[in-house]
Amino acid sequence: MCAMVSDRVPDQLLWEEHLHSGAHWSGLVRRGVRLRITDLEGGANVSALFFNHEERLERYNMADTLKAQHTAYLTAGHVCYSDMGRVFCSVIADTCGWHDTFCGVSNAAMVAARFGKTRFQEQRNDYYKNGFDSLLNEMGKYGLGKRDLVSNINFFSKVTADDAGDLRFHVNHSKEGSYVDLRFEMNTLVMLSTCQHPLDPSLEYEPRPVQVSAIAAAPVAADDLCRTKCPENTRGFRNTEMLYA
Amino acid sequence: MREAAYMEDAHAPTLIESRRDPTNASLNDIIPAGEPWLGVVCRGQTFRIVDIEGNQAVDTLFFNAANSEERYSASDTIRSQGRLYLTTGTQLLSNDGNVMLTITADTCGRHDTLGGACSAESNTVRYALEKRHMHSCRDNFLLALARSGVGLTKRDLPSNINFFMNVPVTPDGKLTFADGISAAGRYVEMRAEMDVIVLISNCPQLNNPCNAYNPTPVRVMVWGPD
Repeated sequence: MCAMVSDRVPDQLLWEEHLHSGAHWSGLVRRGVRLRITDLEGGANVSALFFNHEERLERYNMADTLKAQHTAYLTAGHVCYSDMGRVFCSVIADTCGWHDTFCGVSNAAMVAARFGKTRFQEQRNDYYKNGFDSLLNEMGKYGLGKRDLVSNINFFSKVTADDAGDLRFHVNHSKEGSYVDLRFEMNTLVMLSTCQHPLDPSLEYEPRPVQVSAIAAAPVAADDLCRTKCPENTRGFRNTEMLYA
Repeated sequence: MREAAYMEDAHAPTLIESRRDPTNASLNDIIPAGEPWLGVVCRGQTFRIVDIEGNQAVDTLFFNAANSEERYSASDTIRSQGRLYLTTGTQLLSNDGNVMLTITADTCGRHDTLGGACSAESNTVRYALEKRHMHSCRDNFLLALARSGVGLTKRDLPSNINFFMNVPVTPDGKLTFADGISAAGRYVEMRAEMDVIVLISNCPQLNNPCNAYNPTPVRVMVWGPD
């Protein structure tokens, strides 16, 4: 069942998908595949959730990801933990520098209040999408629902907190062409939405498109950046390897 | 020392006391160190958690009692108030964007909702592979749900609140587990805006300062509805 990557050439392009602005997408990304997400125009936001393909009760865990690495954001060297102490994917390259982990997604009420109400009937496929419904749409295809929609990652978005905890959204954080490379360490169901970040102060409905490219990953070296980032990650990789032993 | 450092903090939150009389409470329970608690608080009732001995993390989740798919959402709560920490005035939002409870009094001043619950599995990552056997909040949650018959499972464990826990995020994005800012007798009080199931793990973590390396009992109380 588990695709072997031994017959693949590292860096070989396996497939590509263009994700429209405001689109939602899901797919199986297997262990040994590097997923590059590219912000095509600048200012993109990609909300993401991860589930173990073979055991969907195992899912991305925001708190465990942050606690293990003593970080409130993600960039190169960090990994995304499941709730079972395993690594879904490693951030092996990042030209953006900061990805938000704690602001969640927009919802229908928020989008209607900010941008106005739209319907398919008038707007056809240009009706305004929101992150919550977009993720629910994809998750429903695998029997997942609201109970499974936990705190997500917002790739390409930067939100910082001052000493009092007050949040600031950084406008124009991600530039055109910036990308993040996720090397998957588990067979993972990936849910994506390209809706705007919920704290994006723009008064215009203007989500941005991204390109998703699946590339054969090189084997994880003993001195791998993410594995050796901290002792916690070394143990996380050990736990993950137990699953595929 | 702790008090002094707290007073000097320019960002120290305002501490709001409650006028409620503990002798009038309709529920007054002790949750022993390291144990779970499951209860229902009805709309209009006031729910208080008391950190009896100080520096005790109280991992807490709320579910709409009439429709448990609606539950506490850390992301919605943080985003809606534009602030990471919880204190008096914070509206605890659900995944449907509804207010589940409102914090009405707080003599601690800051509560965490980023740090989540400890688990046997995350303990192996965070501390050592040999820590797997140690008791954890997620085990408390799972056992309390399994025993209760309310129909909730591991699927129903999103990011929780850690009352009395101090997890500061620095402006450059570092996350730390700091010494607690709570102390003996401090409490947090909240008014339920809907009927809620309350799921608590009185945290048994021994590997970091969240419980001052010494888990202790807490008290839960209910008044009203007014």
